[in-house]
Formats: sequence, C-alpha cells, structure tokens
Amino acid sequence: MMDVERLESILTQYEGYPQDLIPILQDIQDQYHYLPKDELKVVAQRLNVPLTKVYSVATFYKMFSLIPKGRHQLRVCLGTTCHLKGGQRLLESVSSHLGIEPGYTTADMQFSLETVGCLGSCAQAPVMMVDDKYYARMTIDKVSKVLKLYKE
Amino acid sequence: MPKIESVDHLTEYRRQIRAQRDPKQQQILVCSGPGCLPLGSTEVAGAFQEQMQEKGLQGKVILKSTGCHGLCAHGVRVLLRPQEIAYQKVTPEDVPEIVETTLIGGKVVERLVYQDPDSGQTAVHKSEIPFYQGQKPLVLRKLDEIDPESLDDYLVVGGYRTLRKVLFKMSPEEVIDAVERSGLRGRGGAGFLTGRKWRLCRQVPGEVKFVICNGDEGDPGAFMDRAVMEGDPHAIIEGMIVGGYAIGAHQGYIYVRHEYPLAVKRLTQAVAQAREFGLLGNNILRSGFDFDIKISQGSGAFVCGEETALIASIEGNIGEPMPRPPYPAQKGLFGMPTVINNVETWANVPEIINMGPEWFAALGTEKSKGTKVFSLVGAVNHTGLVEVPMGTTLRQIIFELGGGIPGGREFKAVQTGGPSGGCIPKQFLDLPVDYDSLQEVGSIMGSGGMIVMDTTSCMVDVARYFISFLFEESCGKCTPCREGLRQLLNILNDITSGEGKEEHITLMEEICTTMASASLCGLGQSAANPVLTTLKYFRAEYEAHIRDKKCPALVCRPLLTYTIDPEACTACLACVRECPVGAISGPKKEAQHIDQDICIKCGRCHDVCQFDAVKVE
Repeated sequence: MMDVERLESILTQYEGYPQDLIPILQDIQDQYHYLPKDELKVVAQRLNVPLTKVYSVATFYKMFSLIPKGRHQLRVCLGTTCHLKGGQRLLESVSSHLGIEPGYTTADMQFSLETVGCLGSCAQAPVMMVDDKYYARMTIDKVSKVLKLYKE
Repeated sequence: MPKIESVDHLTEYRRQIRAQRDPKQQQILVCSGPGCLPLGSTEVAGAFQEQMQEKGLQGKVILKSTGCHGLCAHGVRVLLRPQEIAYQKVTPEDVPEIVETTLIGGKVVERLVYQDPDSGQTAVHKSEIPFYQGQKPLVLRKLDEIDPESLDDYLVVGGYRTLRKVLFKMSPEEVIDAVERSGLRGRGGAGFLTGRKWRLCRQVPGEVKFVICNGDEGDPGAFMDRAVMEGDPHAIIEGMIVGGYAIGAHQGYIYVRHEYPLAVKRLTQAVAQAREFGLLGNNILRSGFDFDIKISQGSGAFVCGEETALIASIEGNIGEPMPRPPYPAQKGLFGMPTVINNVETWANVPEIINMGPEWFAALGTEKSKGTKVFSLVGAVNHTGLVEVPMGTTLRQIIFELGGGIPGGREFKAVQTGGPSGGCIPKQFLDLPVDYDSLQEVGSIMGSGGMIVMDTTSCMVDVARYFISFLFEESCGKCTPCREGLRQLLNILNDITSGEGKEEHITLMEEICTTMASASLCGLGQSAANPVLTTLKYFRAEYEAHIRDKKCPALVCRPLLTYTIDPEACTACLACVRECPVGAISGPKKEAQHIDQDICIKCGRCHDVCQFDAVKVE
C-alpha cells in the first residue's frame, strides 16, 4: 500500500511545476531507495505531466531505479585513473564477494552494487564508496574486510 | 549573522571581523579536499579537537577543516599557520605528537614533512615544496586558507569586495568590457571567450534571462570543480551575481552532479548564507539589483555536462542535447537568453574584476589568458591539483611539479581533456599547454584532467576504456554517436581479446571521421579523439595486438597467461581463496599451480599474491 503521508511530505515542498519532476524523483529515490510505481502515478498527476515522461526521465538517469535497492549502496569507481589502477578487478572482486552483478541487489536486501563514472577522488585510485563513506587506494585483499563492516 | 543592509554596513562588518582576528594566531588547517577526505581527514580533525581540549589549547589555537591543499598524493595534509609548516600523511595517531612537539614545543616533526622522491631532501614549509613552487594559484588561492562553511572567512580574505565594486561603481557594459579585455575563455572545455558570450546574451532583447553554473564535472579524472565547489563556494556565487548583473539576469542556477554530495551540501549552505546576509535576494545592498540562485542536482548522466542537455535537465526533461544554433545565449533555459559557464570560469570572475583585466591578461599566452587548474593523476609521484599559468609545458607540470613517474618507470603518454580528449606522447612533452596547442596535437583542454600513463598502461585498452565509457553515456539521440560508438567498442573489444583483423584500423578511422562530422553535440563530435590519437601515436601497439596477439603492456587479459613460480610460491593459498573459478590447486604446503584450461585470466591471483609468485606473460 502506498504511504500517502510520506509522499505528501515530499510533494508539499514543491510548487508543482513540470520542472520540479527531477528534484521530486531525487527525493523519492533518496527516501525510498527506489521509485515505486504507484508513487510515480501520483507525481505525474500532480505535476500535470504524462506518465510516459516520468518513465522516460526515471529510466534515462542512472541515479534512479525502478526496483528496490538494498540498505547499503556500494559504488565502485571506474573513472580513468581507477581503471588504470585496477578498478575493474576491484569491481569483479566485490561482485563475486557479494554474489551479484553491478546494477543488482543482494537477496537479503543489504547491498546494491553500482559502478560510477568518476567519484572525483582520482588521486587515491582505485576508490569505492559505501553509502557516504569513501574507501581510498583499495586493494582486492581489503574487500572482504570492508564488506564485513556493513554486514549484519 | 546580521542582515547587511548597505555598502557601508558591509564595510563596517568586514572591518569588525578583521579586527577580531589576529594574523599571528596559531591555526591548524586540515585538508578535507577530494583527495584527503577518503584518507580520513575527518578523523584527523577530530583527533586535533580532542588534543586541543586535553592540552587546554581551545581559544588559543584555531582548528579548521579546509578545501583541497593540492598535493593529494601525500594526504592527509595539515598546514600550520602562520609558520606555514606543511605536514603530510598525517594520521590521527600523529596528532598528539604534532600538538606536543610543534604547537607546544615549537619544533618540527621531521618525519611528517615533505621528502623528495629522488633526492630524499626534505622541505618543512609549503613554499619550499617543489610541487607548489611553479604554481600561480588564483582559483585555488583561498582553498587552504578558509573554512568553506564560513562566510566570515570569505569576507576576511576580501570576498564580496568585487560585488560591491560592480554594483556601485560599474555599469553592466563596463563589467562585460572588463571580462572581454581579460581574455578569459571558458574553463569547461571548448574555450569560448567568456566576455563575448556575455555580450551576446546582453544584446538579445528580453526581460527574463538566466545565468547557469555548470558543475556537472563528469570527465573521469577531473576533480578541480569539485574542489572549488567544496572549498570556496562563495567565489562561485560572487562570480554568478556579477555575471547576472552584467547580462541582466535575476536568477541563477548551479547544476551539480549528485555524485558530489559534499559539493551539493556546501553550495546549498553558501547560497542560504548569502541570502540571509543580504547578498542574494531583492535589492542587494540597496543597489536596486535583484538576484537569487537555485541549486539543481544532476542525476547521473555524463551528457548533461553538455550545455543544451544540462538546460534540458534543469527544465525537468531527459538530458538530450539540442542542435545549436540557437545558442543558449540566444535561447536557453525555458527558452530565455542564458549564459552558462563552468565552475572554474565563474570562480575566476571576482578576481579579474578586482585586480583588473590587464593583470589577468598579463598571465598566460597570447590566446589563452590567465591560469588553468589541472588535476594531475595517474602514474605521477605528486598527484593532486595544480594551477599554473597557461602555456606552462607538459614537462614542467608532470616532471617539475608532479615529481616525475613513480618507480623509475618511463613516461608513456598523458591523457588530457577527459573522454573527448586525446593521448599525448613523449615527443610533445615540451608543448606549452593552452587551448590551441592541445588541439593541434589532437587533444583538447577539456575541463583540465591530466592523466599520466607509464609503460604499464596499454594504449589500446585506454582507447577501449574511453569508448566504452562514452558508449554507456551517449544519450542515443543521434545515429552517428550511438551506432558509431557501438561499432568502435565492438572492434576494440575484438582487438583487445585477440580477435583483431588488419582491416579494423582503417574501418575505425572511417567511423571516427563520420562521427566527428555528423554527430549532434560535442560528446559525439569529439568521441573519436581517444581512438584517433592512440592510432596516430601508438599504432605499433595496435599492430602488436592484431598481428602478434600480444599486449606489450601486459594489460589486455585475454592475451595474457598467468603462471605460478614454484620457487617464489610460499603456499599461503591467498590466490586459491581468491580464484573465482577454482583454477588454482596443488599439494598441501607446496607450490600451487594454475590450470590454464580453467583460468579466466581475471588476474586476481596476481593482485593478492604478496610474494610476487604469480607471473604474467
């Protein structure tokens, strides 16, 4: 069931113009960790934009997800410097430790794994981020230690 | 913070806070920039806080978390003022010693000062470190000095002085004239003359106009805009108010990528402070000029760094570029004339007006004026942010400031300009870096990323990397970019996995030419640059992949063979545990062996081996 109050608390912060669409979706994504279908229908009505447009925006930008994400967001940087310093192998190691491909969430809903174009901490490559915390100069042997910090 | 009602009030307030500050007072400035933050600057600052309390230094010593100090390689950096002692690689465990020895004892902690990678010579003070010596910081100048969350700090170092000058002593035409005479060109990539852009926009009739700051720094390897947004947000705001006044806009937007959460936070905070203080809003300082700023967050699309795509994104649409003309200066945000400049461009504006256009134009080369910030990363000793006059050579930046290549390896190439840039080989090390000379060798200035590569980097793999990045990020609107990138990626995947054919090289060149001439926006038009430059300067490497099925730099995994040296193997079994396919086995307590039929060449055994026993050929 849709939590009307929760959605309203987001919508009331905006004036309801079509250009509010992206910020509203960002707020929903931040709070719900994904964009639930019923909520999107309400957003479309309220902003007076077609649902198809909401869908096109929601699928164009990498930040948005139509399926629920895990409790912890894991982002492995694949920027140029990270690529040169083994970012791809770091990704593969994280992926095999969690048993999921990038873009997916573990069955226990604890971790979602994503790649990112650049986190802007290139001097400390390779870098990954778990939620808001950066992990610098990562090596494969540190992966299980880092993941352990977040496991229940 | 009081609400500032007039110019005199601003002057008086600045005088008051200056009077309260003692330039001789001991300051601890902990770098919290993009490089040091992931290394634990928050913990270091916390440790100082604790120690100060313990030693009763509160009130006597000022502790600040600042923006980027530049030399990221040796983070966490701590600068002690007024002595200008620069400590590096500081951990929370070092803090008690710094407090005891330096703050209380007045002596230097020798083990925490800069040491030259070759000679081993040490340097205690910031000004003696070679990394800083060739620099000319304008945009980065305040980053290791001010607390980015404090408007007072910005005011103390002369912030919003330019705003006052502009609003009360200059006409909009005079402002545009000054920016034009300074020769400032856009720091986001294409290098269009900023003053000319402003003039064009001012001349377009219309009541409603906008200014936008492009903070969608998507180029992998570039983080100067992040450092400025996080470290000196008010400089951007001040620049934008000046720009708004010049073109006749009353609303500005700062578009920041959501991958930079701290930049979003700092800018939001700074805009709120400026508004509360009376520097944004209606009738700023009773000048009759109204201006306000909204923060707009990106949602993870590289193409939104392109100005028309960025505008579409602020309007609430998907970030697809539009054909130009009309240029945003004529018809931009919500169909209104709009000036859009990048973070570094805006941050240059206050200083240009303040010091005068002639002062700025005296720096740099004939056609590229001023300074440029570069993020120097990759295979270089001193990774970090550098700001040098335009026209400084690549050799000076990489070898003098950057301290050369680590491990005594050889320089191979430097990649500038992000995914749309090119790889510049050794023979151009003496190239003066400016917009035009970079273009002459097939690269671009871009936003200023500078990724140094040594002999361990494979140039075919680098080209494949950029094409794969751009393939992911292409919005898909126009065919040459969407399909061209797909074909290039397929070919490069073939070449790097040993399936390359002789005719691939000509085919790639043809695709590149078509993409450059027929794509809709800058992304597609320049997407071929990484392929074209590597083909031009490193053709032999392509040929080795295609003809000999070899990767000379030992990077392209399908072309490699992993084996274990029985002499070096200690049977620690780290590789056995790491191998995802169970290809490594052997008797207990004896050297292990890789089964080549099972091995998927992921290289993880090589990475985890502590004894260098896994060999690659």
